[in-house]
Amino acid sequence: MKTLVWVEHDAGQVKDSTLAVVTAAAKLGEVHLLVAGEGVGPVAEAAAKIAGVGKVHVADGAAFAHALPEAVAALVVELMGHHDAFLAPATANGKNIAPRVAALLDVMQISEILSVEGDNTFTRPIYAGNAIATVKSGEAKLVITVRGTSFEKAAREGGAGEIEAVSSTGDAGGATFVGQEISKSERPELTSAKIIVSGGRALQNSENFHSIIEPLADKLGAGVGASRAAVDAGYVPNDYQVGQTGKIVAPEVYIAVGISGAIQHLAGMKDSKTIIAINKDEDAPIFQVADIGLVGDLFKIVPELTSKL
Amino acid sequence: MKVLVPVKRVIDYNVKPRVKMDGTGVDLANVKMSMNPFDEIAVEEAIRLREKGVATEVVVVSIGPAKAQETCRTALAMGADRAILVTTDDIVEPLAVAKILKAIADEEQPGLVILGKQAIDDDSNQTGQMLAALMGRPQGTFASKVEVEGDTVTVTREVDGGLETVKLAIPAIVTTDLRLNEPRYASLPNIMKAKSKPLANKTPADYGVDTTPRIETVKVSEPPKRTAGIKVADVDELVAKLKSMGVAA
Repeated sequence: MKTLVWVEHDAGQVKDSTLAVVTAAAKLGEVHLLVAGEGVGPVAEAAAKIAGVGKVHVADGAAFAHALPEAVAALVVELMGHHDAFLAPATANGKNIAPRVAALLDVMQISEILSVEGDNTFTRPIYAGNAIATVKSGEAKLVITVRGTSFEKAAREGGAGEIEAVSSTGDAGGATFVGQEISKSERPELTSAKIIVSGGRALQNSENFHSIIEPLADKLGAGVGASRAAVDAGYVPNDYQVGQTGKIVAPEVYIAVGISGAIQHLAGMKDSKTIIAINKDEDAPIFQVADIGLVGDLFKIVPELTSKL
Repeated sequence: MKVLVPVKRVIDYNVKPRVKMDGTGVDLANVKMSMNPFDEIAVEEAIRLREKGVATEVVVVSIGPAKAQETCRTALAMGADRAILVTTDDIVEPLAVAKILKAIADEEQPGLVILGKQAIDDDSNQTGQMLAALMGRPQGTFASKVEVEGDTVTVTREVDGGLETVKLAIPAIVTTDLRLNEPRYASLPNIMKAKSKPLANKTPADYGVDTTPRIETVKVSEPPKRTAGIKVADVDELVAKLKSMGVAA
């Protein structure tokens, strides 16, 4: 089977999300990549070095900047004449593009796979991860999004992919990119952080969130996350949210501070290797999934913990 | 401008789904069902557009079992003007839903179709994007702000690192994220009034759409369970644990 992987990139770098998709695609067959964007020569060269990559299709043009799905999906459909499967990361961009591709190809997409069980059989979460479905596609071509935390990342070095330019210039068909506000942070990105410290509504306000959670995160070199309740209450911006409707994370260590553990939150972090919970309510559901729990007042515990590490 | 809002009947947000013993799916017998929460946000947004004078009519569509009529009535009680109920007992996949919606959009000619970004049962997150593709129109997914100005709509989207803004030519497809608005509750008088609002009964065949599933569910199982670990007595014990794990020096 020949697969085509959409490469998510930012500031000239291939994003980690793409590396997990390459691993998933390699389980199906030959891995070809698509790098689309404006001035993406360096990205294509980096992509060609990813271990296991055969060919790298490069579409360079203004219409492909900002990953507008109207332009990218049409481009993918052109290339799908020579490929049997299209895979994208289950990120905001991947989820925006893949279903558009599927509909244009008249195939049903399989969203957010957790494993590859065979040529056309996969597992995926349903009901916010409260159930796992094993599904089998009867389609001639596969369109798949991949949950990044469920697959190992392919090595960034070791491949020798052949770079091939795509002549298509693209058309964003009625959509125009206006701008973006991306949170700038020195801390690791949530989806690739080894350690995450997350705060919940118990922090009470934005000032506490910053003064309690951030020093601990910085001491550990950790990423900072939040529960939906903390985001809805305005303590931190929406891109901090871990959970069913936020980011799905699986770090080595997840420290949940003042988070009760609603199922929507657990859905986003329960694959973490070690979960540590700090909460004053000893009956909080978070303790049912935590490997290490500490019951008590976070306003005393967390600063003490930060100072003793 | 007309706004079309598809709404899905799903297991209630607060109910913990239970996997059936025989592995065929999730047990929905005697379980509370409600409108998909993202769809409520879509209905609310459409009603607000009408209240602002931007939209002239809000039409809701539900595709599902006969009981999805309740979901339509809920949307009508919130303030939608009329409903289309496409009845089928089959499981309708997002692609087939998008095809039915495309046929309805061809008849109704809405300026905007506002959908929930995903349904909380199958978590597919596909229908809006698929509909946009089938209609050959631009899409603004995961919206946290929607502003209509003349023949364009500006959509602020929740993306991985923050927010992104796109401008789309109308007709356009918008899918809602959680922070777009807070849906209103229907008042009792409005619930009564909703009973007499128009509701058209249709079937997928009326729109010439074959709903035969393309994806076979082989089995549904419980996710691997985490078990509760240990509780430590104080910070010193926690620090010792973290050090033994190599997390802290």
